[in-house]
Amino acid sequence: MSITFHSPVPRAATDKAFGRGKRNNAAYDMDLDGDHNDTPRSAMNDPLIHVVTPGEVITADTAFMRGHGTYVEQEKVLSSVAGVVERVNKLISVRPLHSRYTGEIGDVVVGRITEVAQKRWKVDVNARLDAILMLSSVNLPGGVQRRKQESDELQMRNFFVEGDLVVAELQTFFSDGAYSLHTRSLKYGKLRNGSFITVSPGLVQRCKSHFHSLSCGVDVILGLNGYIWVSAHAPQNLDEIDTEQVYSNKNKEDITPADRESIARVASCIRALAEDFIIINDTIISFAYEASLQYPLKDLHKKIVMHDIAIEATHAVETMKG
Amino acid sequence: MGLHLAFPHLITYRKTNSDVFFELGLRVDGRRPAELRKITSTTSVLSQADGSAYLEHGNTKVLAAVYGPREPRHRALVVHDRAILNVEFNIAPFSTGERRRRTKNDKRLLEMASFVKQTFEPVVVTTLYSRSQIDIYLQVIQQDGGVLQACINAATMALIDAGVAMTDYVCACTAGWVEREAAIDLNHTEESSDASEVTIAMLPKSGKITLAQMESRLHVDKLEEVLQLAGEGCKQIHLVVDKTIRDRAEDLARKLAV
Repeated sequence: MSITFHSPVPRAATDKAFGRGKRNNAAYDMDLDGDHNDTPRSAMNDPLIHVVTPGEVITADTAFMRGHGTYVEQEKVLSSVAGVVERVNKLISVRPLHSRYTGEIGDVVVGRITEVAQKRWKVDVNARLDAILMLSSVNLPGGVQRRKQESDELQMRNFFVEGDLVVAELQTFFSDGAYSLHTRSLKYGKLRNGSFITVSPGLVQRCKSHFHSLSCGVDVILGLNGYIWVSAHAPQNLDEIDTEQVYSNKNKEDITPADRESIARVASCIRALAEDFIIINDTIISFAYEASLQYPLKDLHKKIVMHDIAIEATHAVETMKG
Repeated sequence: MGLHLAFPHLITYRKTNSDVFFELGLRVDGRRPAELRKITSTTSVLSQADGSAYLEHGNTKVLAAVYGPREPRHRALVVHDRAILNVEFNIAPFSTGERRRRTKNDKRLLEMASFVKQTFEPVVVTTLYSRSQIDIYLQVIQQDGGVLQACINAATMALIDAGVAMTDYVCACTAGWVEREAAIDLNHTEESSDASEVTIAMLPKSGKITLAQMESRLHVDKLEEVLQLAGEGCKQIHLVVDKTIRDRAEDLARKLAV
């Protein structure tokens, strides 16, 4: 057996293989106005996507302000997360592709009650701290309008207990960065008759409405925190909602097996889209649902089937756009 | 992959080989003194964790999971102006040649966990996440030397995958004095011989060192050479780790942009 040893490869050659030396030099004099002179590997053909990793210089130009996901060192703006660079006028921020939920006021979120405390509930909303739902920011059963008294405080567990799922709107921030929620509308409140899915928060698209009724007889609530609720269809018309029953713990009795199957199918479709890291909105869910109809329900958890559904749904959306 | 990082993996280090290698100035597994073992890594391997990474340094295999920043488990731990880091370290009973179960309070494990915690505290921007907790769980699946360096590198990747803000990467590498020369990234055979070993963790951008650990005696004249070698190793590991992170980020960014 003959063994041959090659001489060690010089440093410059490996730098080139990793696309490093070039990238670093380019990063310093990068022109953020669009014409990138940095030509990375074939993976990055889209000039609009600028990916950075922690400690990488985004710009050395002092005219820029630092936003989220960046920090300043020696008058340079550097990234502190791995993600995509976003620029609004002179503000540079880096959005990580995979992280916990960061809310904005007015967001519709789905959450789970984790704790019942003094005049408030703690709600897990996939953020870095549990959100707070004050007793004063919920509706009383029957839609009674009055100040909350001690008697209401004592029966807080009749409204929400630990483990209940709620849909709420983000009202304000506390000084420590925790979110305050409210459910003062009949749109919001306790969730029943359905199933719960989690996806990465970045995948849920901000839309005009996050309450959707799909044509297959299923309602979907797309929480911006990545928590999604898929349930049997319920009347959306505010006059038809029985206000006495908003805190009931009983599911509807007349959910047919066909309805249950549709709920399971829609839930699987959303999981399939999330698995392929595709932005989720009501249109693509409908297309994914249609694509899934050719498969029996029990096959929808298979990786290959999920991938097929996701691809077919994205194609359908693209052809619709033209 | 890095050309001088990869080497045909010789899993058994036979006596005959080591004689031949010695003649050629090579180490027991056929590497040159300044040559790293093959490193392979992936991120987002666990669906439930906020961030996770799997890393192999030669035959050393480590899995890291990061949860958080999240609501602290115990109210007493809350710090009002920053996040707390919590590191738990575990070694699988089947990870070594002889099967051995360790208790959760094994001093050795707690010490390793505190090394990792101290390494990351200056780098993670904890002030952004007040009143929160960041959990890092490390699981060693197979041991073949350099467990601490593998854990630190895997934890870096998992933290980045979780979107936790860090001022830089943290890359760890070991080097030691084996036989009559400085060698990098010691394997289990070399660690078990009476070699003295240094593990350092470095911030590759600034070259600052956040951890230096040594358990045996080393002559002071040799220290500089060993540290130099470990530092070079950290920089090479940074390239490999950065490539994995960047490829993953670009992949996801492209999927989102569609």
